[in-house]
Amino acid sequence: MKIEKIDSILKKHEYRHSEIIGIMQDVQGIENYLPEGTLRYISEKLELSLTRIFDIVTFYKAFSLVPRGRHMIKVCCGTACHLGGAMQNLDRIKRTLHVREGETTEDRMFSLETVNCLGTCALAPVIQIGEDYHDAVIPGKIDNILAAYSAGHERQEVATD
Amino acid sequence: MRGKRLQQIRTIADLESLRESILQKRDSGKTVIRTCISTGCRAKKSVKIIDGLRNEIRKHGLQDQVEIKKTGCHGFCEMGPILVVEPENIFYCRVKPEDDVDIVSKTIIDGNFIKRLQWKDPGTREHTKYERTLPVYIKQKKDISFNCGKIDPTDIEDYIASGGYSALGKALATMTPAEVVETVVASGLRGRGGGGFPTGIKWRICSAAPGDIKYIIANGDEGDPGAFMDRSLMEGDPHSIIEGMIIGAFAIGARQGFIYVRQEYPIAIEHLSIAIQQAEEYGLLGKDILGAGLDFTIKIDRGAGAFVCGEETALIISIEGRSGTPRPRPPYPAIEGLWGKPTVLNNVETLGNITKILSKGADWYSNIGTDNSKGTKIFSLVGKVRNTGLVEVEMGTTLREIIFGIGGGIRKGKRFKAVQTGGPSGGCIPISKIDMPVDYDSLRDAGAIMGSGGMIVMDESSCMVDLARYFIHFLLFESCGKCIPCREGLKQMHHILTNICEGLGERGDIETLTELGRFMTTTSLCGLGGTASNPVLSTIRYFRDEYDAHIYNKKCRAGVCKNLFEYYIDEELCNGCTLCKVKCPEKAITGKKKKPHMIDPQKCIKCGICYSLCKLEAIRVR
Ligand SMILES: Cc1cc2nc3c(=O)[nH]c(=O)nc-3n(C[C@H](O)[C@H](O)[C@H](O)COP(=O)(O)O)c2cc1C
Repeated sequence: MKIEKIDSILKKHEYRHSEIIGIMQDVQGIENYLPEGTLRYISEKLELSLTRIFDIVTFYKAFSLVPRGRHMIKVCCGTACHLGGAMQNLDRIKRTLHVREGETTEDRMFSLETVNCLGTCALAPVIQIGEDYHDAVIPGKIDNILAAYSAGHERQEVATD
Repeated sequence: MRGKRLQQIRTIADLESLRESILQKRDSGKTVIRTCISTGCRAKKSVKIIDGLRNEIRKHGLQDQVEIKKTGCHGFCEMGPILVVEPENIFYCRVKPEDDVDIVSKTIIDGNFIKRLQWKDPGTREHTKYERTLPVYIKQKKDISFNCGKIDPTDIEDYIASGGYSALGKALATMTPAEVVETVVASGLRGRGGGGFPTGIKWRICSAAPGDIKYIIANGDEGDPGAFMDRSLMEGDPHSIIEGMIIGAFAIGARQGFIYVRQEYPIAIEHLSIAIQQAEEYGLLGKDILGAGLDFTIKIDRGAGAFVCGEETALIISIEGRSGTPRPRPPYPAIEGLWGKPTVLNNVETLGNITKILSKGADWYSNIGTDNSKGTKIFSLVGKVRNTGLVEVEMGTTLREIIFGIGGGIRKGKRFKAVQTGGPSGGCIPISKIDMPVDYDSLRDAGAIMGSGGMIVMDESSCMVDLARYFIHFLLFESCGKCIPCREGLKQMHHILTNICEGLGERGDIETLTELGRFMTTTSLCGLGGTASNPVLSTIRYFRDEYDAHIYNKKCRAGVCKNLFEYYIDEELCNGCTLCKVKCPEKAITGKKKKPHMIDPQKCIKCGICYSLCKLEAIRVR
């Protein structure tokens, strides 16, 4: 990440220690993960220990220390989604892509994550891929949904109902 | 839209004259299409629909006669995208982008209804034409969510036109801080974040606490899975939360406020940010608000995916920029909170109640609800119920009225088994208690809690042991690990429940779970561990037979626990369409075209693909 970019984020947060979570969220918003070099730079600039920074990075689920794939798959595991079969959907995705939660496919196309609840419970079970929400997902449709992304469509139009 | 506002609102008279001028400019006969752009409808392409409608309207040269208003959540999310045409109040649901041509030409221009977009009662097959006659809405009492779905949440003038900021005006002009506190006390409002602590008392303690610097925090972390009313409020009516916070700040003497929103809610963050910026531009946040000498600003902090940060002490530590692990209370945040200063922390729905109480009075408010639970509550009614979405009802409404009256009963003609309330801290309520009134005390007596208002309905295809395991699994990963009862207790519970679900359950497991649960309840540091056993204890209490079936008969009748059931094909129902055979990834299904098929249980991995695809429901569980 460019030094100037990091500096502008730090400046926006007025170099405050209390803003460290927001600072890292901004970095991750741009880089998709938290590069170690960037964290070291932030640590020096803010005079905030690396231990404290890594404590925070590893505590909050949203942060990632490794780069992630082009399409972020978030399988919602909220209660409504769970009852609707989220685990079977998750199993299907794992088998199709040969990855586990927290991993990225070898071709860097997909990263797979589970989330506690996306707050779209009325559409359960839901998976989010990038910015797109897929509602009422069933195991039998997973392969079609994924194929549309592999085929290179950024915003694709799979019918999910 | 509007240019930057140069003239700020400096007095209450300014506010009233602005309101009048906005209302005067309005043409009540004008056609307005209200479309939801909240997360639910947006997921189903409502933004694309709006673009399409805009184009159609322009094509017909109607841009001056027809306005499209982007609103927050209408509540009936399952039927989204939802669209209402005013002034006629025509209601359309499940709208698709390609419907834009018809909506403009048939409804807007010709004034006709489009039948396929109307809501059809799945039972009586009757169509509903208007939003005001929709059965799911008629039975609700929308006080707090009134503006959601009606106003444009990104336009402060729309909020002001609907009476916004008049409660603040009234408080600043006619009341002392102490009078505001006592009004909230008298209203009987209790916190909507889970604990149900009386809000007025919390404010009173904080305002009496010594110190010049105080803070007010809105808790928009909404961590309970299955709950999304806070998201809807933040997305659909952000100014009502801001106004509630300013009133709170006046009451306790705070000059700085924070809204803590989970990062999974980007639209809520966006709408709140816009609202704060507009309130600043209009002079409703900042220095000397409405000329009453009140200085107050609000900052948004984003959560970073930690459930425990919804707990008040952890949330405060997170705002301070550290990993959010709870600390022992007392001291309570009202005495010693953010940066050690007295801090009021309220749930966003709680704050949404404040403007109503101030403008309509404590008496009006305390007449709604039951003796100990006042006002209305928004529930997210989801799961196996027909009409899913948000419902707002008076406290004390029965579960039956909510689930069967408003929710329309169970989907696909299946049978009701239980309703789970209160998220991971809550419990499951069985059919025998369906006529119970929903209020703080009744729910607690039944072994559940109000929590933030999630109501997850389950039918015979839901396994109660699996559900208990699900919540314990959830909490196991969200426990911060600081105290031993929670950290180790959850691990052991999870171990036992997983064994039971995998067919390795043994005699004595239920007793161990019960004992562990009691121990965790009494010794955990915060509410996470303190209430963690509720889902387990309540399912043991009401569904012990299911635990027994798992442990002794090694059967999961619901067809959820993979080792304890198998799929088979009902020969009577199967018409040999071959879909399951073609889609089975393990080639476990055999059969000739137009002849009943068969599943080889040896090869079947229970991935559920055939079960989910069969239109005839011929794939069964045993
Ligand atoms: C583990 C845990 C998680 C919580 N999560 C939330 C939450 O997501 N939202 C919320 O408003 N309150 C949550 N609470 C309750 C808060 O600690 C606090 O009581 C509440 O926000 C106070 O607001 P109220 O008085 O308006 O209800 C949680 C409590 C615990 C123990």
